[in-house]
Amino acid sequence: MKDLNAPRPVPRAVNWNRLEDDKDLEVWNRLTSNFWLPEKVPLSNDIQSWSQLTAQEQTLTIRVFTGLTLLDTIQNSVGAPALMADAATPHEEAVLSNIAFMEAVHARSYSSVFSTLCNTAEVDEAFRWSSENPHLQAKSRLILDEYDASATPLRRKVASVFLESFLFYSGFYLPMHWSSRARLTNTADLIRLIIRDEAIHGYYIGYKFQRALESRSAAERAEIKDFAFALMFDLYDIEARYTEQLYDPLGLSEEVKHFLHYNANKALQNLGYEALFPEDAARVNPAILAALSPGSDENHDFFSGSGSSYVIGKAVATEDEDWAF
Amino acid sequence: MGTPRPMLVYYSSRSGNTLRFVERLGLPALRIPISPKAAMPDPRAPYVLICPSYADGSGRGAVAKQVIRFLNDPQRRAGIRGVIASGNRNFGSYFACAGDLLARKCNIPVLYRFELAGLDSDIARVRAGLDKFWEMECSTAT
Repeated sequence: MKDLNAPRPVPRAVNWNRLEDDKDLEVWNRLTSNFWLPEKVPLSNDIQSWSQLTAQEQTLTIRVFTGLTLLDTIQNSVGAPALMADAATPHEEAVLSNIAFMEAVHARSYSSVFSTLCNTAEVDEAFRWSSENPHLQAKSRLILDEYDASATPLRRKVASVFLESFLFYSGFYLPMHWSSRARLTNTADLIRLIIRDEAIHGYYIGYKFQRALESRSAAERAEIKDFAFALMFDLYDIEARYTEQLYDPLGLSEEVKHFLHYNANKALQNLGYEALFPEDAARVNPAILAALSPGSDENHDFFSGSGSSYVIGKAVATEDEDWAF
Repeated sequence: MGTPRPMLVYYSSRSGNTLRFVERLGLPALRIPISPKAAMPDPRAPYVLICPSYADGSGRGAVAKQVIRFLNDPQRRAGIRGVIASGNRNFGSYFACAGDLLARKCNIPVLYRFELAGLDSDIARVRAGLDKFWEMECSTAT
């Protein structure tokens, strides 16, 4: 039993020239070089596009964004700080402090969208809606229970990866959908910056989960895997209902669920686990995939293509500096 | 001489996504080590490289340093015939961009792209694709 009255130990000063885990520096560099603020995105270019959405589509969009704001708020103020206490290295704590701050930037970004496109009354109404929405509250509850001090470091990491790599996607779907129809394209640019950050967060926390698992017994590993899949099922149940409530009026629920399956499988892979949902159920509308990674499918690859002829050229001399672009 | 055995060379960081993909492929494969101090593999036959992407928001740093070191050796580089690139679509237009970069630098085709540790259909497509690819390689080799 920990002595609760013991004075807080003085932490070790963090020395970035003595790494215990190279991944800490790699991810720190990636996150800091990706730093951004919402002011960099010209959201006001979406004002005309916004005015062309129906009132119903506008309300849906604002609600979806308040739901995303709630998740970012939780991760900023509770999730990432809770993980810091479990950090295996002082550098991991520093990376988590970056993650915590960027979640605050994400949460702040939605308000930038609101102040650019919407009126105050409808935004206030949407925040009220999110604070009363049973599904949004239920998924927050499940995650917060795992962030609680009574849970374990491994469970906290599982919950955190599920928030970063799964729970956001019922919301992210909508701006990708608008973007695929050439609507709110600047807002979509901002959301893609958030999506990029969340991918690194989920990857890094999932990586730390796998490292922490290495020292555990087979029985403990089996137990945490059972826990992870059970939590995924519980969260999925809530997400499916949340999705229907939001997207049924637009007839998009089934398509959004495919996107949820796809992202649930990716969240599990971040933890080192196999996919859960069958591929048929996780096949995402190509227009949404193209909105996620624009332009990346222009050069078709050989195995997916027609198998037409290609030319093998001569390899040219390469040096380290050739690769740095 | 029989047909040359299809050889794979791959890099996987400690997150293990590419390693899991290669294990499920179940084909002969040499690993480029994570540690710069460890010895590089020396593929004596033509090979296909499987390589994850680590690009930042501007596409920099996509190819892992150890992969660059591996390919900087002219003899090892001479054997590369194609690249299979992995990544995450969340990185937007830079999804699996290590493949495009290596294709340009080494003048080879991007054979396939997959996300994270790949799905069963990715495994099936890569197995079938590699079979066909090596057949063509053998028939065009002089």
